[in-house]
Amino acid sequence: MVIGALWLIGSFLLLGFGAYFIIEEHLKMEPFEVVNKALLYYIVFDSAFRYFLQKMPVMNIKPLMYLPIKRNAIVNFAIGKTMISFFNLLHAFFFIPFSIVLIMQGFPAIQVIAWYLAILGLVFCNNFINIFINNKDTVFYAVVGVVVVLIGLQYFGVFDLTSYTAPVFKAFYAIPYLAIIPIILAVVFYKLAFTYFKKNLYLDAGLSSKHDTAATEDYSWLDRFGSLSTFLKNDIKLLKRNKRSKMTMFMSVVFIFYGLLFFTNAVEAYDGPFWRIFAGIFVSGGFLFTFGQFVPSWDSAYYPLMMSQNIRYKAYLESKWYLMVFATLISTVVAVFYLYWGWQAYAAVVVGAAYNIGVNSHLVLLGGAYIKTPIDLTTSKKAFGDKQAFNAKTMLLTIPKLLLPMGIYAAGHFTLGEGFGFALVAIFGLAGLLFKNKVFSLIEKIYKSEKYKTLAAYKQNN
Amino acid sequence: MITVSNLSKKYNADPVLNIESLDISKGQSFGLVGNNGAGKTTFFSLLLDLIQPTTGYIKSKDIQVNESEDWKPYTSAYIDESFLIGYLTPEEYFYFIGELRGRNKADVDALLLQFSDFFHGEILNQKKYLRDLSKGNQKKVGIVAALIGNPEIIILDEPFANLDPTTQIRLKQIIKNLAEQQGVTVLVSSHDLMHVTEVCERIVVLEKGQVIKDLATSAATLKELEVHFAGTEVL
Repeated sequence: MVIGALWLIGSFLLLGFGAYFIIEEHLKMEPFEVVNKALLYYIVFDSAFRYFLQKMPVMNIKPLMYLPIKRNAIVNFAIGKTMISFFNLLHAFFFIPFSIVLIMQGFPAIQVIAWYLAILGLVFCNNFINIFINNKDTVFYAVVGVVVVLIGLQYFGVFDLTSYTAPVFKAFYAIPYLAIIPIILAVVFYKLAFTYFKKNLYLDAGLSSKHDTAATEDYSWLDRFGSLSTFLKNDIKLLKRNKRSKMTMFMSVVFIFYGLLFFTNAVEAYDGPFWRIFAGIFVSGGFLFTFGQFVPSWDSAYYPLMMSQNIRYKAYLESKWYLMVFATLISTVVAVFYLYWGWQAYAAVVVGAAYNIGVNSHLVLLGGAYIKTPIDLTTSKKAFGDKQAFNAKTMLLTIPKLLLPMGIYAAGHFTLGEGFGFALVAIFGLAGLLFKNKVFSLIEKIYKSEKYKTLAAYKQNN
Repeated sequence: MITVSNLSKKYNADPVLNIESLDISKGQSFGLVGNNGAGKTTFFSLLLDLIQPTTGYIKSKDIQVNESEDWKPYTSAYIDESFLIGYLTPEEYFYFIGELRGRNKADVDALLLQFSDFFHGEILNQKKYLRDLSKGNQKKVGIVAALIGNPEIIILDEPFANLDPTTQIRLKQIIKNLAEQQGVTVLVSSHDLMHVTEVCERIVVLEKGQVIKDLATSAATLKELEVHFAGTEVL
């Protein structure tokens, strides 16, 4: 978590100081205007970000209930704790430097401060709203759906909501005393969160854990895969029934659209031809990377069971491997819309998929064998930035995963042209399949030699 | 069946287990008692090769457990919730274990039928995942899963804890039956002296990792154990 957080703080600081000048010089637009337009989406993304990642202190307050502490104090403590969380502090790293730059550029200080306070109020509104909507999936996805549609409409120039909201945000600057409104709003939401929380402060109300209704599923059609099917059935259930794995699947869908940054030339730095391959690998391999890097950690909660049973490691690995291959193929089919940006864009996705299936699937599993981070399947809130996920061995493995195919492509591209470059990457990728058995037995050896360490590490959090 | 020789386990310099020698014969029901930290779970974990011994070894049917995995097909265990897969329903879990142990669905169903009494209508067809079952019901699932596939050695850590009285009585019957009639070697640990003396033919008392008593169960055993655990001043 620490690395992820520092990275975010760093980026926000840089943006905070730089945004004004970047917008002015590169976009040739009025920076304050642009920021006010973007604010609507900023606030919506903030709430999405919180929804997925901000942990509610609900479960931690259970022990307080048995102690002689007033209920109001418990509720105030719990809500107060959310207020000083990273998710609120983070915004200061952008808005404070940005406000300072505004003032230095000659904007009147009092008005800028009022504008900043108004945004601060809105950030806290988000914080309190998240307390009620936490775990209410339908409400959340409805909001996300509406926002995606709005962004689409704006992109294609049909309807631009931000031109209506920007004046609202600007009003906080133009008429400083209006800033009191979002602050009052935040106080109102605090009160609402307070009553909501207090009403639910019972073991059988807000503090009860929700039980899903389970249906026994058979999947006997998978039996045709032989000994593999035992694990395949389990892995499909693992993906379907746990919050953490659902988050991973959601992320892999997001990765499909990652290529838009490259192929629409939205980011100048990505203009070199070999960046296509970089994009192609991520577009088709989102699931492969996010899921594969945590094999066998997905099974950490019951690793002692697995290790005391007669597990056929090869079938175990192969099941995970097939899942990654299926997901890569599906992503490749879905990504067919990249044809809109020319055949090269889609060719990059297809050869990226070939390389993913042939080479990266093995490398990812190999890297996973060294990652000993236990995964808590029941929560989606710790999905990224585990410090143990970054170790030297896994970092080294990114070279063959990403840089090598880019290099191979460049070699082809600059000798015989782009067609040859694509062909080379595909051939290289498919050749990787020849080593599948070798790699699997190597991974099995690692699993065996690291067995005790892995068991001990998984025990830490379980 | 099981031979322990010079076995010790140390964490840093702290010895947690030290057993010079111990033999458990086939078909014996073996009880392990001792206070918290006596080394019961450590011993079971060593037996299942989940942790590495500092010195010595355990042999199961002449197979050294930390060198070969050939003991796995005839050994099964339920130690704690880490032997359950939370996102499966009990049925799915039983079939999964069945498949790992070479039993098809019909075999597993036949076995489950024998335990419908033990389940007391709270396990099968409940539309619940294992993670949402109560502790007692989770334990029932884990214990029955350990019986799938005719294992020759069954290891149960604290099987009586969290069970309701009816289930405790049924479990005692099941364990006795396994050892006496089916020749299964059953290893059980417990904090409940009454239960172990009722179920086990042999009881070993561990204290700070050492075997300090090794008793063949008789009418006097319960009294002897009670005196031992009460300390010398109470009689």
